[in-house]
Amino acid sequence: MDYSIILYTVIALGSVALLLAIILYGVAQKFKVYEDPRIDIVEKILPGANCGGCGFAGCRAFAEAAVKAEDLATIFCPVGGNDCMKNVAEALGKTAAEKEPMVAVIRCSGSPAHRPRTSIYDGAQSCAVMASVYAGDTGCSFGCLGRGDCTLVCDFDAIHMNPETLLPEVIDDKCTACGACVKACPKFIIELRKKGPKNRRIFVSCINKDKGGVARKACKVVCIGCGVCKKACTFDAITIENNLAYIDFNKCKLCRKCVEVCPTNAIHELNFPPKKKVEEIAPAKEPVSNA
Amino acid sequence: MIKTFKRGGVHPPENKISAQVAIEVFNTQDTVRIFTSQHLGVPAEPVVTKGDTVKVGQLIAKSSGFISANVHSSVSGTVTSIEAIADHMGFKKTAICIKIEGDEWEESIDRSPDIIREIKHTPEEIIQKITDAGVVGLGGATFPTNVKLSIPPGKKAEALIVNGAECEPYLTSDHRLMLEAGEQILIGMEIIRQALKIDKTYIGIETNKMDAINHLKSFTQWIKHIEIVPLKPRYPQGGEKQLIKAVTGKEVPINGLPIDTGYVVCNVGTVYSVYEAVQKNKPLIDNTVTITGKKLKTQKNYLVRVGTPMSQLIESVGGIPEGTGKIVSGGPMMGKPIANIDGPTLKGSSSILFMTEEESSRGDSSNCIRCAKCVGVCPMGLEPYLLLRLAERKMNDQLEANFVHNCIECGCCLYTCPARLPLVDYIRLGKAEVLKIMRSRK
Repeated sequence: MDYSIILYTVIALGSVALLLAIILYGVAQKFKVYEDPRIDIVEKILPGANCGGCGFAGCRAFAEAAVKAEDLATIFCPVGGNDCMKNVAEALGKTAAEKEPMVAVIRCSGSPAHRPRTSIYDGAQSCAVMASVYAGDTGCSFGCLGRGDCTLVCDFDAIHMNPETLLPEVIDDKCTACGACVKACPKFIIELRKKGPKNRRIFVSCINKDKGGVARKACKVVCIGCGVCKKACTFDAITIENNLAYIDFNKCKLCRKCVEVCPTNAIHELNFPPKKKVEEIAPAKEPVSNA
Repeated sequence: MIKTFKRGGVHPPENKISAQVAIEVFNTQDTVRIFTSQHLGVPAEPVVTKGDTVKVGQLIAKSSGFISANVHSSVSGTVTSIEAIADHMGFKKTAICIKIEGDEWEESIDRSPDIIREIKHTPEEIIQKITDAGVVGLGGATFPTNVKLSIPPGKKAEALIVNGAECEPYLTSDHRLMLEAGEQILIGMEIIRQALKIDKTYIGIETNKMDAINHLKSFTQWIKHIEIVPLKPRYPQGGEKQLIKAVTGKEVPINGLPIDTGYVVCNVGTVYSVYEAVQKNKPLIDNTVTITGKKLKTQKNYLVRVGTPMSQLIESVGGIPEGTGKIVSGGPMMGKPIANIDGPTLKGSSSILFMTEEESSRGDSSNCIRCAKCVGVCPMGLEPYLLLRLAERKMNDQLEANFVHNCIECGCCLYTCPARLPLVDYIRLGKAEVLKIMRSRK
């Protein structure tokens, strides 16, 4: 057998390969892009959810911005939170601004029991479509439409529709406050609020801006803007605008006074222990009220 | 051969039950609530305050902006409040509420039944009178007519096409208007012809309204400049671009407006309002509304003052009939649902339609089987099945590349879809999103 064919083939292919390798090396050297190695480091620290909650197109874009930024005051990863930002700051030798952990809250509690349906909607099962057709299938033109657009956009499985109340519910531990649901809701019901100590928080679970009488007719647990909570609040945290109360979470000291006085139970408290312990918590908090 | 448009379209059962019912004047009781935004564009600015007494036809809200229209009182009485109230879809909008006291009209309005045939105004005066009267397009979009008749620089109007197609099933208000105010409509067309300084005017009427065609043909003195074009019944023939294609055979370019081909399209109701505004000094304060439905015992064509609560109209025909699935303002194809029957009528209200349960039921949607029926019936030559998928996924750049902004929301695709997919629902959403992006780019 003639081995020369094999030999020639090996030599020919080998020389072609060598030539191409030299060209490729040359090209690679010529068009080399210098990438800051810190970008990779930062990216590894980040949660890698690519949710876009920070305002950048994914975690890598965030990492690039973090490396470029002079200080980290303006950029924040809501998913990773303060711990993650501390690590990023350490890796880059910069200082990160500390932020209170936030969570999404649903500002509507009009379940079918509280808010009778006035019409039947049979169009496409999407809140956005429904909101473009009419004001909703209840007497309240502000409340939750209950078609679950917010649950579809959540990357963290943190928001679900309750089949009984037909309202979305947020799982505190899973919610990263990325804000995707806030953007998806055509009625602007969802708000990012301070998570609060031990997940305790108080908020007005209503966004109805109608006058008291009109609002009350549509829903039993509506905020009628009566102002009783504002009077009860000793920390000046409650404002009433357009017949609707709003609790400023930066001023609220979680004293729970407003919850008790609300005539329509529109103010919700979450994760509080049963009533008795209130007196113990509230006075302890008072000294810091002017901070 | 009878003309029609070539691409797409459907022909749903006509159900023009109220076609032989003469127009009746509806006496509004108690109060009217007149929205400051009854037109496309910027809401008008109220010029009356609480406690003012107003006469019929008095200006109560002034046009504020280039695309906006004046709003006039449709009754005489006292302004009780100016507040945000829910319209028939439940959306809150600013309205002027007027308690009715007597029926005192502005002196300048000619209320005599005589038809004024002589047109003695210059084109500028005509446009000014239309602007003052707050005339808007009554074909559905309620676009201010004075803006439509002010041809933008660089464009030239060659002909006027009047839409008497009334291609939506059930609706008969335009049909009745053509029968009962035929001559006024022809005079109105002559007025617009003079205002636009053009030679040719057409009126397109579907052949299911032969009586209207023959009635208009009998006014020989007016049809010198006017060509009455009988059209083969087909939905959506009343769409501007479809009507131009049907009447003249010319195609409006994609992304273009009718004026790009030199045509101005107006509805017969609009033309009648133009006649009233110019010849009778009467602002747009009432319009014809069809009250119809298969289960309804008495069909009506009412001349209704703007701002009348729909519940009064519904009561006058004996309340909501049993077996009603949906109440719709407008036709069954493009109409909007009435979720709040206390909502007042608008300038552009054309009907209150009671659809039976089986008519209105949408059924369960299943998977798209790529039968392409929706592509076949789309009068704009779009691909609804694709647009649905893109809109569901919010792929706005792809939506734009597939011309979603050319959709006229006629609903042919949804009507024909064997899988009952919510095509228009999502496409309308995607279109609104894309238009928002396109506007912000400017």
